[in-house]
Amino acid sequence: MKYAKRFDNRKLDEMRPMSAKVGVIKRADGSAMFQIGDTIAIAAVYGPRQLYPKFLQNPEKGILRCNYDMISFSVPERKKPGPNRRSTEIGLVTEQSLNPVVQLELFPNTVVDVFIHIIQANAGTRCAGICAASMALAHAGVPMKDLVAAISVGKVGDKIVIDLNKEEEDFEGGATDIPVAMTPRNNEITLLQLDGEVSKEELLEALSLAKKGCEKIYKIQQQALKDAFKGEKNE
Amino acid sequence: MLSKERKMNESYILSLLEKGKRIDGRSLSQYRKPISIEYNISKNAEGSARVTIGETEVIVGVKLDIGEPYPDSPDEGTIIVTAELLPLSSPDFESGPPGRNATELARIVDRGIRESKAIDLKKLCITPGEKIWMVFIDIYTMNDAGNLIDASALAAIAALSQVKLPKVEDDKIVYGELTAKKLPLVKMPITCTMGKIAGNIVADLSTKEEKTMSARLSIAFDGDTIHALQKGGSSGLTVDDIEKMIDMAAKNSKELRKVLK
Amino acid sequence: MGEILLKDKEIAVPGEVLAKGMDYIPAGGTFRENEDIIANQLGMVSINGRLVKLVPLTGIYVPKANDIVIGKVVDVTFSSWLLDINSPNLAMLSIRDATEYIERNADLTQYYDYGDIVAAKVTKVTRNKAIDLSTKGPGLRKLNEGQIVEVTPSKVPRIIGKQASMITMIKDATDCKIIVGQNGRIWIHGVDPDKEIVATAAIMKIEHESHTEGLTDRIKEFLDKELKK
Repeated sequence: MKYAKRFDNRKLDEMRPMSAKVGVIKRADGSAMFQIGDTIAIAAVYGPRQLYPKFLQNPEKGILRCNYDMISFSVPERKKPGPNRRSTEIGLVTEQSLNPVVQLELFPNTVVDVFIHIIQANAGTRCAGICAASMALAHAGVPMKDLVAAISVGKVGDKIVIDLNKEEEDFEGGATDIPVAMTPRNNEITLLQLDGEVSKEELLEALSLAKKGCEKIYKIQQQALKDAFKGEKNE
Repeated sequence: MLSKERKMNESYILSLLEKGKRIDGRSLSQYRKPISIEYNISKNAEGSARVTIGETEVIVGVKLDIGEPYPDSPDEGTIIVTAELLPLSSPDFESGPPGRNATELARIVDRGIRESKAIDLKKLCITPGEKIWMVFIDIYTMNDAGNLIDASALAAIAALSQVKLPKVEDDKIVYGELTAKKLPLVKMPITCTMGKIAGNIVADLSTKEEKTMSARLSIAFDGDTIHALQKGGSSGLTVDDIEKMIDMAAKNSKELRKVLK
Repeated sequence: MGEILLKDKEIAVPGEVLAKGMDYIPAGGTFRENEDIIANQLGMVSINGRLVKLVPLTGIYVPKANDIVIGKVVDVTFSSWLLDINSPNLAMLSIRDATEYIERNADLTQYYDYGDIVAAKVTKVTRNKAIDLSTKGPGLRKLNEGQIVEVTPSKVPRIIGKQASMITMIKDATDCKIIVGQNGRIWIHGVDPDKEIVATAAIMKIEHESHTEGLTDRIKEFLDKELKK
């Protein structure tokens, strides 16, 4: 089915307006908010801190533990509070998208806890969560090789697009959603999921779109982190 | 907190209290500033609010659904309050289902709303005995700097004050389309929590103060009428303490009420 | 051959390329990848000749030998005390590194008990994070009165100031004894509780405003104003 014009009139390679802020949860060691369109994600980091139970400890390095949750009123039909299979899976893939960059060798037997909550959802939630989490980790002073940026790309009808919104995900002519996370410096993909139907060429086109999107997101993340310490100087 | 550390904190807090001061410079009866309310912080809720008291931050969202009434009140809507002490809001909170503290928080907020009859439940009846509106009030702590109870109760009322009933078509709710009809919120109860620290009655405890308090009392007011009480903490309160707490809380509840739109 | 991409005192985020070329040498908070020197943490760039370093702006306390720390006794064994020093791993103070001569089979809680606050020095940190403490040294002891203020560890140097100028100014103005732990814990004790509050407030002010020039002057003004009250 043809998808002539995007529901919100965006260009195929245009993402929704984004904003980011760091330091939104004062008690956390690091925290950040990331918004894309109507999707708002908040992430907070505690750690490195002692990890209990002891059997989970790794004597060679600290571990990263990510928790993803959509709050009950983030979606039109109330979601019963608490974890479900989807949030459990997203916690896992989020952790795996951030593990390649965090360096916890200096902190054996510890854990870095990352809590991601979606306050308002309109598609692209796991990607927004990863964007927020990566800023929160940097804000917490966790040693990292790079930040991680994430965006969803996909196919709606017959068009390859970036940053699908809810309407596009639910498009009756068929939609394929592809969340992608990348490290900006060497463009390594650390999260890749897909559900739908695409050819290899379409996938590669979508990934190249994702790369461009992640580059833009990285600049926003970078600026949010620098803005938090604007004017920091030593006398 | 181990007892030696508690003693060190306590003796410092105590020496300040004897001069009518607190660690952050407030007087014993003062709430932190700023107290702010941001309305409609989440579009998919029928009503929502974010409240900050000093650095404590709580968000509450209200969602409506249609369901069956309880058999003993066939013409009344229902209120369901849940709370989560999110691990994101404090290094002391653990992941997992709501524990005792989260449950207590939810029930304190619930009591304030229910017992003051803040919501006219009869107006939430659609078809007696068959269909009524269910009002879900979900509380999420975002940053715990002390006194989550008062921030939660205030956010709940603020969120309820914004709720408009969603459109119903063919017996199904069309979420996202709101009618002009407001939720029948006829009262705005305010809950104020007072603590007792080494014999002194103190309002709006911050984190360090909460760790050294011996008891607390949460009071839900509508004007000067008391609709709910909850005592917490492992030490006792004298009747004199309670009277002092009620007086201090009543005054503060009027100040908090002013912050509501 | 080489090029510095970020200026001294600029803020860098993880993954940002700070310098290119083999002329420059990566120091703390940075690493080399091919010919690039890259930021490993959120921090402030510090260029010293050919050394490119990052001073972290946030992050937990990482103990180093010779650090003075303020710890809390959380466990007592036959021959040592275990202290929480605001780091993920507990630190150990063994009998032989404590101040007094302690008999064998003595009840160690008589010297330092659960919950006691102790000013100690880090003597050794092994690769797998075993941390040894000592209370042998000037000023190191159990702290009985006063209060502990907690700040972000990375702000401690600012609170101490160049050649301890900032902290000395606060001590003198408020007549308070102050021990600044590298682990972000600061002990303050003044004979006058009001002056203690002013000292505490001054320290918190430095933590919040560790940016901007002229901080030392503004703290001096703050102290003058608050102490006149």
